[in-house]
Amino acid sequence: MSQPQTLFEKVWQQHVVVEPEGEPTILYIDLHLVHEVTSPQAFDGLRMAGRKLRRPDRHIATVDHNVPTTSAQDRLVIADQISARQVNALRSNCAAFGIEFFDVQDASQGIVHMIGPELGATKPGTTIVCGDSHTSTHGAFGALAFGIGTSEVEHVMATQTLPQSKPKTFRINVEGKLPHGVTAKDIILEIIGRIGTDGATGYVVEYAGSAIRALSMEERMTICNMSIEAGARAGMIAADETTFAYLKGRRFAPKGAAWDEAVAHWRTMHTDEGAHFDREMTIDAAELAPNVTWGTSPGMVTRVDAMVPSIEDARSEADRKSFARALEYMDLKPGIRIEDIAVDRVFIGSCTNARISDLRAAAAVVKGHHVATSVRAMVVPGSQLVKKQAEEEGLDHIFRAAGFEWREPGCSMCLGMNPDILQPGERCASTSNRNFEGRQGRGGRTHLLSPAMAAAAAVTGHLTDIRKWPLAAKPAATEPALAQGGAR
Amino acid sequence: MDAIRTLTSTAAPLPLPNIDTDQIIPKQFLKRIERTGYGDFLFYDWRRIQDGPNAGQPNPEFVLNKPEHKGAKILIAEKNFGCGSSREHAAWAIQQFGFSAVIAPSFADIFFSNAGKNGIILVRLTDEQVQTLLSRSTANPNHTITIDLEQQTVKDDQGLHAHFDIDPFRKYCLLNGLDDIGLTLRHADALDSYEQKHDAAFWLAPKSDALVTATPETR
Ligand code: SF4
Repeated sequence: MSQPQTLFEKVWQQHVVVEPEGEPTILYIDLHLVHEVTSPQAFDGLRMAGRKLRRPDRHIATVDHNVPTTSAQDRLVIADQISARQVNALRSNCAAFGIEFFDVQDASQGIVHMIGPELGATKPGTTIVCGDSHTSTHGAFGALAFGIGTSEVEHVMATQTLPQSKPKTFRINVEGKLPHGVTAKDIILEIIGRIGTDGATGYVVEYAGSAIRALSMEERMTICNMSIEAGARAGMIAADETTFAYLKGRRFAPKGAAWDEAVAHWRTMHTDEGAHFDREMTIDAAELAPNVTWGTSPGMVTRVDAMVPSIEDARSEADRKSFARALEYMDLKPGIRIEDIAVDRVFIGSCTNARISDLRAAAAVVKGHHVATSVRAMVVPGSQLVKKQAEEEGLDHIFRAAGFEWREPGCSMCLGMNPDILQPGERCASTSNRNFEGRQGRGGRTHLLSPAMAAAAAVTGHLTDIRKWPLAAKPAATEPALAQGGAR
Repeated sequence: MDAIRTLTSTAAPLPLPNIDTDQIIPKQFLKRIERTGYGDFLFYDWRRIQDGPNAGQPNPEFVLNKPEHKGAKILIAEKNFGCGSSREHAAWAIQQFGFSAVIAPSFADIFFSNAGKNGIILVRLTDEQVQTLLSRSTANPNHTITIDLEQQTVKDDQGLHAHFDIDPFRKYCLLNGLDDIGLTLRHADALDSYEQKHDAAFWLAPKSDALVTATPETR
């Protein structure tokens, strides 16, 4: 009997090209996802060195960060010349190097971390990289997926490998049943709050336990997405029936007999009984509450029914300093109730929470209500597929009738590289993943929360405990039906 | 990239933890398609006055705007430096502004890797040692630090003498200014034979549609 292995170790081992003495391991990369922001310098690097793209079939590209979300027309002719130049650079680079490219109006365009799963390109047991830290999202399928810099992008393009030193392993078990109103977003915010934004630095995290297994693929993606906010190199969840059901029939998934053979292999990709982790932690799902960030780092998070913490609550001297700075930046006083914080803007979007189930959850809350007069709210579907599905279900009507703006897919106000930004001093309830100073616009103030809570904040005009919401029914944990879900 | 053996310089102290890459280089500068020209945008928002009548003017309080810290090649910060986004622009900005090294108790993973690719020396010291250096550089802008990569030591002109750990291969690359892709391509034969075998594992291919017609026997 061989040594019991973790899921991570299995994926790692199957991708070792060579382990040179005293040097990092050369790891094979199955899939590289490309977007406009972090790739132009890498393509240039290849050209300058006279190198070829080794495996065009193992790259998929789209545009997401820069594209306007206002209208289809605005996307075709981007007014901002510098953005347009970057998008055009990707267009011509993909054509020149033979990379399959999902352009602005393609039915499969979307945020890069949405389209990989939707196309069925994200597969269990694979290695996936992208010049974007939220590549950790793809770990929800039992893949080893991590963000890389532009030099590494070039490395993957030239060699389809990356030199990597082996990370440590960290298993986080979430056991039990989630209370009403508590979502995947609340689980991951809880984890980051407990271990800190550098709590998993140097580790690959595996999320396990009954509460994780009960999640849909979309919810699992929300959790893995924010692994990077805890500093983790990657987050992973073992593939199971939920995973296979999601992938089956998607455009790039194996078909026919090959599907069965693939599933048989994927079934072996899980942590063996008795495998060793360098670190382990267990969370009781039943104890969790909806969470909201109050500060300028995702670790500055608390329960929605709590109060803004005081500087004395900080765990260390360094934290005390950042608490003080964060309270000042956020213009908050310790001791005020989280629910008394009024918001000016609401953003429902991003690769964390802009999937169909997120939009359904938000729509269920706003249905029959109207956005508060003091609030400007927008919904930015994460991909064309999600937008289409939502429109088929009439969710766009619910949002529009309630006073939300209904946008074209992209990253949008998650980081505001396109025109969607906060004005200085504006406060936003956001379903995205980062509340750093200025992230959503210079001087903007971000509170991270779940889609249902963001929707409730839009209606009431202040942060709101969703557990009190009369209409908040937990959306069914179903996946989008296949016809809408990625098969062509 | 240029190889560095030892570096002696004054330092710019930035006594904050969790400095994220959104602060190091804000998003509006990521639209450029070039690899150079980021130095002026390092800590863009912190370098400018944010509100009031002088909004947009250089903030005289910010360390990088202080004439006495001009020319510093070493940046000192607190734990988890470079967290957040994977943007290599952060490493480019730090280097192009004129820094060759950053000293902190810890660095975020992706930034750590990006800095290495650009020949920036990242030195991990203990919290206490970092605090000592921070306070000395704050009190005295002429405070001079020497980083010796070969010896893996940090010394200053006030008697601090610290050892730091660095992965031997990373040290070797920094000392020799090696091209990573070139290093990997030394293993081209191993890569070719691995890839041939690996391609047969069609369930790991991103696009299985290309293989739909193949039967399991012929694959
Ligand atoms: S939605 Fe936000 S976090 Fe996700 S890829 Fe886009 S910018 Fe990054």
